[in-house]
Amino acid sequence: MALTPDDVSRIAHLARLELTDAEAGAMLVQLNGFFRIVEQMSAVDTRGVEPLYTPLAALTEVATRLRDDDVTEMAGGADERARNQASAPEVQDGLFLVPKVIE
Amino acid sequence: MNGAKGGVAGLARRLAAREVSSVEVVRAHLDVIASVESRALGAFLAVDAEHALADAQAADERRARGEAGPLTGVPVAHKDIFVTDHARSGLPTTAGSKMLAGYQSPFDATVVARLGTAGAGMVTLGKLNCDEFAMGSSNENSAFGPVLNPWDATRVPGGSSGGSAAAVAARLVPAATGTDTGGSIRQPASFCGVTGIKPTYGLCSRWGMVAFASSLDQAGPLARTAEDCALLLSAMSGFDARDATSAERPPVDLHAAMQTQREGATAGRPLAGLRIGLPKEFFPAALAADVAGAVRAALAELEKLGATLVDVSLPRTELAIPVYYIIAPAEASSNLSRFDGVRYGHRTAAPADLMALYKQSRSEGFGPEVKRRIMIGTYVLSHGYYDAYYLQAQKLRRMIADDFQACFRQCDVIAGPVAPTVAWRLGAQAGDPVKAYLADIFTLPASLAGLPGMSVPAGTGEGGMPVGLQLIGNYFAEGTLLHAAHALQQATDWHLREPQR
Repeated sequence: MALTPDDVSRIAHLARLELTDAEAGAMLVQLNGFFRIVEQMSAVDTRGVEPLYTPLAALTEVATRLRDDDVTEMAGGADERARNQASAPEVQDGLFLVPKVIE
Repeated sequence: MNGAKGGVAGLARRLAAREVSSVEVVRAHLDVIASVESRALGAFLAVDAEHALADAQAADERRARGEAGPLTGVPVAHKDIFVTDHARSGLPTTAGSKMLAGYQSPFDATVVARLGTAGAGMVTLGKLNCDEFAMGSSNENSAFGPVLNPWDATRVPGGSSGGSAAAVAARLVPAATGTDTGGSIRQPASFCGVTGIKPTYGLCSRWGMVAFASSLDQAGPLARTAEDCALLLSAMSGFDARDATSAERPPVDLHAAMQTQREGATAGRPLAGLRIGLPKEFFPAALAADVAGAVRAALAELEKLGATLVDVSLPRTELAIPVYYIIAPAEASSNLSRFDGVRYGHRTAAPADLMALYKQSRSEGFGPEVKRRIMIGTYVLSHGYYDAYYLQAQKLRRMIADDFQACFRQCDVIAGPVAPTVAWRLGAQAGDPVKAYLADIFTLPASLAGLPGMSVPAGTGEGGMPVGLQLIGNYFAEGTLLHAAHALQQATDWHLREPQR
């Protein structure tokens, strides 16, 4: 089942990408080329097979390790916040600025 | 100054014997890196001589205090996927993407910290070029230009750790870090004639590695020899609580493991008793004759050293391609959603609203291959397609991992080619991404299973280009791989050959 130009524009929206017409055209051809090699996957009977989401689960039982829900990024105080925001496009008073969302 | 250049182990010995200082070694490397000829390779994205020389000075002082470790004062360079504390190093972190051009990290990646001044005491010379967000196998996807192969400047160095492999091959650095998601250490090592190892998933911390596909990404070293790789990997690996998937295991001394004598081994037969499995799917009729010839010659050497060759099978080798190219883009589409033009990274000028800010920032910041993978990943994770693609791929991944375990009941190490051909010409795969994906066939299976794999120089093929032998081990059997590679390198000189420049 080949993708259509509508599919490409729907996926691009979900991915928060804006493709030019030329990009979208090339993307459609390339994605359809790619999904042709994916078809062989569906021919394999995988009933009863446990998915392997993380590789070491093939070796041993893997338990997700969680840390305490503490603020660690601000251990250095306001200076640390300034350092962490140094590469932000636009900040004010320690806050990230975006275009107005609610009028 | 001759004594100021060399491999990791050689430099470490001369530094320890005080025959040369770290400042002298670092200065000699910076001079070579700054030459017109070296710059034309495009291997480095950033060099900071001032900070490097200060670190070298600190390394010499540490040695004078008697506190030096085996790697103290030896230079290294990092793939620009590892974040480097800008205040400490003067180095930006870009991941080869316009999205992160000029990005100043407020911290060091764990791997960088463990190798650097606060850890082993290696001196960071700079950051190495790579495919954008480590997505690619030719380094042509870097937003900052391609890297040329030092053996032939009309060819690619491989990728995504192309700058790392080229810099080691051209002798700009004794060793470099790389990352491998689907072959990104092994394939460029093969294409550039250097030694590289991707350890077991979880051995090296992913903290501070710009994320591509989190269940596959692993850090590892590229250097001239297995011994040099063993020294680096011992220093950069180990449990890190800040990486939720870091393996909780005690530190390993891979340099010692590499030299440990096998039971029943003799001086002439150091690999006695080692069973090397050859999956028949790794030697298809379509395999380039020059690659097959070089790999067979290396296997014959391993046999002379006492190893036995066993026929095995990895029946789902071809399936690894679609399985990987579903899972990796799925994880990438999720990981790269953090680039929104708000917190860091590229932001479009004067967006009309928040949605335009997201879409335009991302569309301007990401290159074509990254966009393709985000699109694939978004699609396979979207409503109605998840089971058919993503879930099916994860089930096949389990089957591929099980296939390896069946092999390891018959052998200790698996061997084959790293790539189906030697390095191709720049531009040869332009516009045909699937063709490039297919060439990853021999490196993807071990990545999906999370197994360690390495590339060891095995002579040359067409056009005098290097060929790599791939060795794959069972989980956490890095010592076995490095031991076999070291034995091979004691008996052959393929790894010592240098490009004529």
